[in-house]
Amino acid sequence: MSLSRREFLKNSAAASAAAAIGMSVPAELEASAAKAESGWRWDKAACRFCGTGCGIMMATKDGKIVAVKGDPAAPVNRGLNCIKGYFNAKIMYGADRLTTPLLRMDAKGNFDKKGKFAPVTWERAFDEMELNIRKALKASGPEGVAVFASGQYTIMEGYAAQKMMKGGFRSNAIDPNARHCMASAVVGFYQTFGIDEPSGCYDDIELTDTVVSWGSNMAEMHPILWSRVTDRKLSDPERVKVINMSTYRHRTSDLADIEIIFSPNTDLAMWNYIAREIVYNNPDAIDWDFLKKNIVFAASPVNMGYGMRRTGEKSLSPARPDGSAGKYTAKEMETIKHEMVHNVSAKEAPALEVYGYKEGQDMVNKPAGLKHWEISFEEYKKFLAPYTLDYVAKIAKGDPDESIESFKKKLQTLADLYIEKGRKVVSFWTMGMNQHTRGTWVNTLSYNVHFMLNKQALPGSGAFSLTGQPSACGTAREVGTFCHRLPADMMVKNPKHRKITENRWKIPEGTLNPVGNQHIMKIHRDIEDGVVKFAWVNVCNAYQDSASAKHWIKAAREMDNFIVTSDGYPGISAMVSDLVLPSAMIYEKWGAYGNAERRTQHWRQQVLPVGDAMSDTWQWIELSKRFTVADVWGPYTLRNGKKLPDVRKAAHALGYTDDTTMYEILYANKEAKSYKVDMDSFPQKGYDNTESNGDSRNVIGSDGKVWKGYGFMIHEYLWEEYASFGRGHGHDLADFVTYHKVRGLKWPVVDGKETAWRFNVKYDPYAAKAVAKSGNGSTHAFYGPLAKALSQGDLMGITDKKKKSLKDKAKIFARPYMDPPEMPDAEYDTWLATGRVLEHWHSGTMTMRVPELFRAVPEALCYMNPKTAEEKGLKQGDLCWVESRRGRVKAHVETRGRNRPPRGLVFVPWFDEKVFINKVCLDATCPQSKQTDYKKCAVKIYKA
Amino acid sequence: MKTKAGLSDRRKFILNMARGIGLASMGGFIWSAFIDEVTASQLILRPPGAIGEKDFLKTCIKCGLCAEACPYDTLLLAKPGDHEPLGTPYFMPRDTPCYMCTDIPCVPVCPTGALDVSSVTTDGHLDINIADMGLAVVDEQSCIAFWGIQCDACYRACPLLGHAITIEYNKNERTGKHAFMKPIVHADACTGCGLCEHACVTEKPAIHILPREVAQGKAGDYYIKGWDKKDEKRLKDAHAIHTTTEISKEKAADKLNGDLLEGLYE
Amino acid sequence: MKSLWNHYRYLILRRVTQLGLLFLYFGANAWGWTMLQGNLSSSIILNVVPMSDPYAALQMLAAGAILATDLLVGVAVVTFFYFIIGGRAFCSWVCPINMVTDFAAFVRELIGMNKLTGVKQPASRNLRYWVLGLSLVISAIMGVTAFEFISPISMLHRGIIFGMGFGWMAVLVIFLFDLFVLKNGWCGHICPLGGFYSILGKFSLIRVHHSEENCTLCMKCKVVCPENQVLYMVGKESLPVLSGECTNCARCIEVCDDDALNFSIRSMAQNKKMGE
Repeated sequence: MSLSRREFLKNSAAASAAAAIGMSVPAELEASAAKAESGWRWDKAACRFCGTGCGIMMATKDGKIVAVKGDPAAPVNRGLNCIKGYFNAKIMYGADRLTTPLLRMDAKGNFDKKGKFAPVTWERAFDEMELNIRKALKASGPEGVAVFASGQYTIMEGYAAQKMMKGGFRSNAIDPNARHCMASAVVGFYQTFGIDEPSGCYDDIELTDTVVSWGSNMAEMHPILWSRVTDRKLSDPERVKVINMSTYRHRTSDLADIEIIFSPNTDLAMWNYIAREIVYNNPDAIDWDFLKKNIVFAASPVNMGYGMRRTGEKSLSPARPDGSAGKYTAKEMETIKHEMVHNVSAKEAPALEVYGYKEGQDMVNKPAGLKHWEISFEEYKKFLAPYTLDYVAKIAKGDPDESIESFKKKLQTLADLYIEKGRKVVSFWTMGMNQHTRGTWVNTLSYNVHFMLNKQALPGSGAFSLTGQPSACGTAREVGTFCHRLPADMMVKNPKHRKITENRWKIPEGTLNPVGNQHIMKIHRDIEDGVVKFAWVNVCNAYQDSASAKHWIKAAREMDNFIVTSDGYPGISAMVSDLVLPSAMIYEKWGAYGNAERRTQHWRQQVLPVGDAMSDTWQWIELSKRFTVADVWGPYTLRNGKKLPDVRKAAHALGYTDDTTMYEILYANKEAKSYKVDMDSFPQKGYDNTESNGDSRNVIGSDGKVWKGYGFMIHEYLWEEYASFGRGHGHDLADFVTYHKVRGLKWPVVDGKETAWRFNVKYDPYAAKAVAKSGNGSTHAFYGPLAKALSQGDLMGITDKKKKSLKDKAKIFARPYMDPPEMPDAEYDTWLATGRVLEHWHSGTMTMRVPELFRAVPEALCYMNPKTAEEKGLKQGDLCWVESRRGRVKAHVETRGRNRPPRGLVFVPWFDEKVFINKVCLDATCPQSKQTDYKKCAVKIYKA
Repeated sequence: MKTKAGLSDRRKFILNMARGIGLASMGGFIWSAFIDEVTASQLILRPPGAIGEKDFLKTCIKCGLCAEACPYDTLLLAKPGDHEPLGTPYFMPRDTPCYMCTDIPCVPVCPTGALDVSSVTTDGHLDINIADMGLAVVDEQSCIAFWGIQCDACYRACPLLGHAITIEYNKNERTGKHAFMKPIVHADACTGCGLCEHACVTEKPAIHILPREVAQGKAGDYYIKGWDKKDEKRLKDAHAIHTTTEISKEKAADKLNGDLLEGLYE
Repeated sequence: MKSLWNHYRYLILRRVTQLGLLFLYFGANAWGWTMLQGNLSSSIILNVVPMSDPYAALQMLAAGAILATDLLVGVAVVTFFYFIIGGRAFCSWVCPINMVTDFAAFVRELIGMNKLTGVKQPASRNLRYWVLGLSLVISAIMGVTAFEFISPISMLHRGIIFGMGFGWMAVLVIFLFDLFVLKNGWCGHICPLGGFYSILGKFSLIRVHHSEENCTLCMKCKVVCPENQVLYMVGKESLPVLSGECTNCARCIEVCDDDALNFSIRSMAQNKKMGE
């Protein structure tokens, strides 16, 4: 079929316009637009990289992607990209792409942990996996089988993995790298709103008057959003203010009216300072009507530790007289001991006085979980009392060369901007507030300020957590590939949620494991403790991205376990593994991502995978063929003594036999088969579908036979089954086909319409329904269902255990400033913060293989203040050691350039496997969210 | 010995001299032409502190000590086939830029002064920031930042970020909600180190270093910016003004007496 | 074995010196050694003693460059050194082209090329002084160091240290020229640097001395000598080789089976002559 140029333009313009307003397009028109240019084919997709969620278009020619363009119809980016997005297609064509499974073997071809990698068939690869999973299940039960999952899984991949892990193996030890990325934001959402993900959307940028970036280098990490912020600033330079809050100067300061360089961890104090300014000095600014209808005040224990290993854990035993313990050196223990007992410092003492702690006193830490209780406003006010400008400026000023007066003035202006009547304010943050030993706390503190001023969940106003990964929201959070979660904000520990899931999955009641505590650091620690015997790395680089890396790599290489990595390229995780599986990369499979503004975007398989690579979805489903009801649904006793029942009998009642495979139950069931392969109509027409149909490569599959496909539309099945969990529960997603017609939709999608601002009666049908029901006439309803009944108490604890409902209400938390567990001292005298650079994505496995990006930034540098360098006898370009209690790396000194730390702090990005900075970082986490704090540990710097 | 064709010694001497001079001239012309050719290239980038190209060619002894001092192997000595003045040091920033070492190891080692320490010294201290190896020039057609792509790789690579390269923000009217972030090079701060050219992500760099002579125009000393006090300093080179145009080349009286007059009332 | 050493001892020592220096220069660039940095145009020993090519400095002067102190010190060091040991000792003991032209001469002898072209050489050995003069004139006119832009010596030496490029072509041209066109063509006829050192070495102290009484007129020395005009006295008179064109390569000494040629100090040689 040939179309004239004119017709083509007309059609694509119609498609763009239609997509821009979220309208569906007749399929014929869509198809013709896609094929109009003979020789190549354009089709829409989502960018592989950050959480912004830009739309891109792929040009495919002769089975390869030859060009990309920004999707002009995509509302997020309107045809633009950043330079990572610009190189989207090149990431798939690196010279060292993995094309065949590789197993460590001895000369005879047997698996050998100490052997060299050699190619094996897919069949052999699955044989080894099956064997080792059986061994692990036998040795440790379901807790012995673990998966390092990902916020870069496609939604369907994540769902497939989650289903086999939790429904099949009954193991909750599946946790994504998103744990490192936004777990604190999630717990913040849960505790505050009772439901995950931001209330606002990116349109806030165009509508706001004030953008405050807290611990987020948006200019480099969310360039397209930053370009929108810049545009907003240009539109009204006088009115619009931009404030950059950071521990070092970075590119986001370029546009900022005010730059506040603060000392690590003191964001807690600054949020409380702003709250104090409101409560004590500007009480008129408080919207009491809003607070009374929508908000309660809450408190939680402060002595909860720092998420490090605790005494009594296997690898921390025995404790030796020299201070070392188990597998940890005396030096490491200097920091780890804070997990048990922390001595209150002068810096934090004023903030902790209301909790009964004095300077120099020992605080005995106890795991507190997520416990919190309701308090009165008066208690909250009392809690805020210490956060005077004097105190906060004193502890928070991060640049020793700045005067205290200048810093105070800036803090005061910041508070004034928040408080100013009629001024709309958006607070954005990313890793600075999430990767934090009090990450959950600081997340909740952000909402406090917005709530009191009634500047939350309004167009142009709100605290807005930006995500780092393309589908941290879509897959990790919404699908629930966390150890404690199930789809649509359900929890494994909640019997009702388990039951809903079991029924939906058609598996026996009691199958799902109620204990979900194996978060990503716990999996690493469990491998070191010898509990986890089988671990599978999916779409992430778990051995490069985890702090205290030497421990985990040593455990993987030297202990009796079996580590598998599925990846496109040989990164550190693959190197550490026993078996490496070649995975299809993003545009080599059907997929969907969900971005930071709740926008879900789908794409079709554009090309066939390289070599014998197959998608992770396929790998999971093929694995499921190896396990039957009898294999995995027998009784287990967990290590905490809890018993998982034998559900084989119940399985028989559901019509399964002992020999029914998990494949038949979880993936190739009757419902799945109702999703037909239909190559004659949209959206499948004209596109490959390797999992459903096989493909022209004729890859030899897991059974030694040519792969011919499942014979049904597996992607649509996985999508629809997953989506059914959220529909009607505030997580409504549209149907599979609709997403292929539009440029993404922001959930909840109710009656075909997306939701821009949640909890706001005007925009969110769920909020409207809730207010109609309660009849309180509020503008908002924070209808999230989690933790919506609280005991009563004061700052010190619960005084009345009786739980009071706070239906449709959100919470303002009293949470104090506290020190991180490791701070610079005489020997390790410098703060280390890690992070990213615009040019490279995460651990660099993809972008370091794009020649242009590699050339632009070939190595990670140690950014430091010229005066720090001088103090250490270093000059620009010198090699220096960055050494902590855990390890050291060499990096070149950079005293100029994009990042300009104050004296006493250095910044080293983590993308470079040759500058393996996670050997140095500390694996302390927020004890509530379990997210690692990569932004602060103590190091010494010296010439290499 | 007998002389051929009976030439006289005197005549033989003159002929021999003439032959010698003739051959020397011939060789000399070829030699000179060759040298003129190989030194004609103006597009070469010299190490920091290099004196003017003309003097540099006289003064550089081609010993390579600067190249050996360079810790990044940035500096190359022109080889036959490089099409640059043979043996002289230069660098190609797309391959290896000058990383602007603060101790400038390449300059003090120069035995001939072709690399002049005083030109990279401020208040008695070596100062790489005042080096002048060239000037970055942006091709706005191929620079993707001018398309609206969020790149700025050159800006972030610049050791004098914020001085030598700044970002100019403009609204992107096409999308209605994004901003252009365009790199702007400031000739007064740019040292020509080429880190920008090296970092540029386009296939052929959209920002590249040219020798300042080539890259820059010159407004001359005649007009001084009335709004810029510092611009006065250009006046020191100002000189007396003599102008000639096609219409003014004759003496006044000659013109008046010329044959133009008749044409006026023809 | 002993006679082999006797016949090639100076050749071996020269090659060791030539290659050893090259290796030190190469190591300086490749591995950061400080023993001998730079190249034959200008170098520095152990970051202390500068050395510079006086002929290059002369061209710079002609070109109108201002000579820096470091350079002048280096020139003085080198000038003094060769003034003492014989200017053209540079050619046979240091210059890397010498290995190329020696090899060309060896092959020329081997394949009988000399017989083809006959003894009569088609060019004067004085040509080099013309080239030397011309180089200074062109330096002055063009304002550049004229020979340095075409010098195959620098090309080869720099090439070995810093990378060759098409420099090997220049070296091949020299080789082919010496092999097929002119015996000892480059070093013995054209090279202005050799010419310069000939003049510089006019009064040097270390000299080859001929003892006529031992000479058997075998003429082996004249065959191997690249500048055989300097051996005019062989078989005729006991005299030191006083011409600056002698490169002190000592090939004549080692091929002489009759002890008729030996190194001596200039003044002694003269005294000896006086004494006779």
